[in-house]
Amino acid sequence: MSSRPVSSLAGRRENAAHTSMFLRMLVRAAVLRRGRAASALLAMVVAAAVATAMLNLYVDVEAKLRKEFRNYGANIVMVGKDGQGLPAGTLQLAESILAGRGMAVPFAYIVARTPEGQSVVVSGTDFDQVKKLDRWWAVTAWPATAGEALLGKRAAAVVNQKGEAFDLSFQGRVIHLTPAGQLETGAAEDSRVYVSMGDFQSWTGVPPSTIEIAASGSGEEVTALAQKLAQAVPSAEVRPVRQIMEGEARVLGKTRSTLLAAAVLIILTSALCVLSTLMGWVFDRRRDFAIMKALGASERLISSFFAAEAAALGAVGAVFGFVIGIGVAAWIGRANFHAPVEARFGVLPVILLGSMAVAVLSAALPMSLLRRVEPAMILRGE
Amino acid sequence: MFVRLVYESFRRQKRRKLLAGVAVTLGVGVATAMIAVATDIGDKISRELRTFGANLMVIPQEDTLDLQIGGVDLRPPSDGAYLNEADLPKIRGTFWHHNIVGFSPMLPVNVALGPHGTGNVTLLGTYFSKTLTFGKEDFVTGVRITHPWWKVQGAWPDDNSQDVLLGESLAAKLGRKSGDEMAISGTPHRVSGVLSTGGQEDNQIVAPLGLAQQMLGRPGAVRRLYVSALTKPEDALARRDPKTMNAELFDRWYCSPYVQSIAYQLQEVIPHSHAEQIRQVAQNEGTVLSRIKGLMLLITLAALLASALAVSAAMATAIFERRSEVGLMRALGAGSFPVAAVFFAEASLLALIGGVVGFAGGALLAREIGRSIFDSQIKIEPVLFPIILAIAVIVTFAGSALAIRRAVKFDPVYALRGEA
Repeated sequence: MSSRPVSSLAGRRENAAHTSMFLRMLVRAAVLRRGRAASALLAMVVAAAVATAMLNLYVDVEAKLRKEFRNYGANIVMVGKDGQGLPAGTLQLAESILAGRGMAVPFAYIVARTPEGQSVVVSGTDFDQVKKLDRWWAVTAWPATAGEALLGKRAAAVVNQKGEAFDLSFQGRVIHLTPAGQLETGAAEDSRVYVSMGDFQSWTGVPPSTIEIAASGSGEEVTALAQKLAQAVPSAEVRPVRQIMEGEARVLGKTRSTLLAAAVLIILTSALCVLSTLMGWVFDRRRDFAIMKALGASERLISSFFAAEAAALGAVGAVFGFVIGIGVAAWIGRANFHAPVEARFGVLPVILLGSMAVAVLSAALPMSLLRRVEPAMILRGE
Repeated sequence: MFVRLVYESFRRQKRRKLLAGVAVTLGVGVATAMIAVATDIGDKISRELRTFGANLMVIPQEDTLDLQIGGVDLRPPSDGAYLNEADLPKIRGTFWHHNIVGFSPMLPVNVALGPHGTGNVTLLGTYFSKTLTFGKEDFVTGVRITHPWWKVQGAWPDDNSQDVLLGESLAAKLGRKSGDEMAISGTPHRVSGVLSTGGQEDNQIVAPLGLAQQMLGRPGAVRRLYVSALTKPEDALARRDPKTMNAELFDRWYCSPYVQSIAYQLQEVIPHSHAEQIRQVAQNEGTVLSRIKGLMLLITLAALLASALAVSAAMATAIFERRSEVGLMRALGAGSFPVAAVFFAEASLLALIGGVVGFAGGALLAREIGRSIFDSQIKIEPVLFPIILAIAVIVTFAGSALAIRRAVKFDPVYALRGEA
């Protein structure tokens, strides 16, 4: 009974493929030299984490900054040709073309007269939408009910010196408005009176002449959208707001280039960190190397053993590093953009292959040095 | 003996020292470049943000309301007040004149087109790229600086000529192209180019300011002035009313390049004017700027961490490989302190050499990044040099400390027998 395990062990040893020995050596090497293996793995993890975080940020920063840039307001403007109103249903058409990737806000304009005979531009619009589109508008109080108006800072001084309700007339029809709040933008809006589209329509019957659209997406996407809108509404002039689009493209481009340069530098530095740690780890094992060689292992076997070891280290490090890196990127996103950076799993294969390549390369360098040395010299401790 | 030990160690172990030295140099280089880029990025991006156009508008104090719909000015020309063109060069005399990138006066005039005076369009008078003189200093300003998104097919007119630019849509409607002659208010003018702006100017004629004033019959008149200035993001102090500040606070407010204080200073130099921030541009600038600055700061931290780790890893490896040397020294009776001192001396020498070379390399790298991305130099503050050097020494020390401790504690017998 007692001989059976022995014989079976001997049998197993004879029949076992080389791979099991290979695997055992790999595992034992890691377990026996826990300290060194741990420090090499740590270097791997840190490098992979930093690389993951940088690549994630690089991929995601465009989306994050584009969102910030949408605070600049509309990037496409539709106006009726020759000062005409836009045909009815244009807003719905524009919204269906946008399909949720942005917002469209209508504006209608007329020149009205105050009872004193002063002219003032009155605009009808959708306040709920404007609030979201033109975030830079400094408004003391938004109109909430019908009959309330938002007065531009300069317009307020003309139509409503006393802060009371006032009348405006357009083509003989008079509207009675209560001031809700004041608007300050530092631009043309300051000289206008804004009323809700419902009030405007029932008062003047003038259709909207302008639709301002804030579309999300890259420059090409916005231009393509503008072309689609122009085709859908031939009676409108559709123009991308170049002031916003070019500024956005320029600042984004520069930021991305800077980030790319930083990412390359940082990834290079962390690869260096891996290189020096792994070189130490292989050098440290020159005695294993010598014993294997003295026992008759071929150089190819030894090389593949060290390469496999390095690759395994690289792969494990990459996976842990990826998880940590995603966390770091998410934290940076939250700290800086108040929205986490999305995990890009497309980055994982890049990190995995990159880590393994760097690890194998780091192992190959000292290997080529060791190969030149006689095993006897190493074993004698020289 | 101590000096000789260090010296010999460098002489005999060139490869190992080179490896550690390269790590320190690269680490310091990357750290220097990143710190330099991060400290200058605010300045650079804020210049790039000027491509969004003017962030301040100056109008006459006693002006009537704008009556503009769809790019057509409905205000009668007799209405409203004007600024005086002769006051404009004084902008160069304000406290923050270095921050003022450029300014463009605007004067819209309604003109009739064609020989029979049909069709009313707005002609906008402005500076294209005008040379002005303030004191002894010449400077250039105009829409080509403040409105960089304006594109001209053909040529920009000269500021002193009678040539005009035709807005894109208007040109298409009239069937004119650059080089044509056309009658504006009865006199013939050459169209030097077709202007595309993506704004209401596409339906207008843009002409030199002098020509617009001549058509209006008001020499020296300017309706509005757009100013593009480099500003500091708004904070609590910026938003306060200067009238409520005490003298000391007012000085601080006045001497900070807030958009509000620059507006205040513009009002001071241009009589009877009212200057205001264009909120669409000015307000968003601050958020974008702070986001990008914050991002670079965090990335710089990551870079510093990565280079510190690289340096300590290299140092640890270099020391770990020399356990037998430590064993020999210890077997010959050296205490832990002298052994550690030798290693620390070596480490600081490496840090100093690597620090100096790395700083120089990092400065070059930062300059290259600035040149290729922003087309301008990135300033390296000289004060950065001692700081970087100190950081290099500290990081190298910290990186070595753990390895040295382990090497010194290691039993000399094992070390000498080559067992580890």
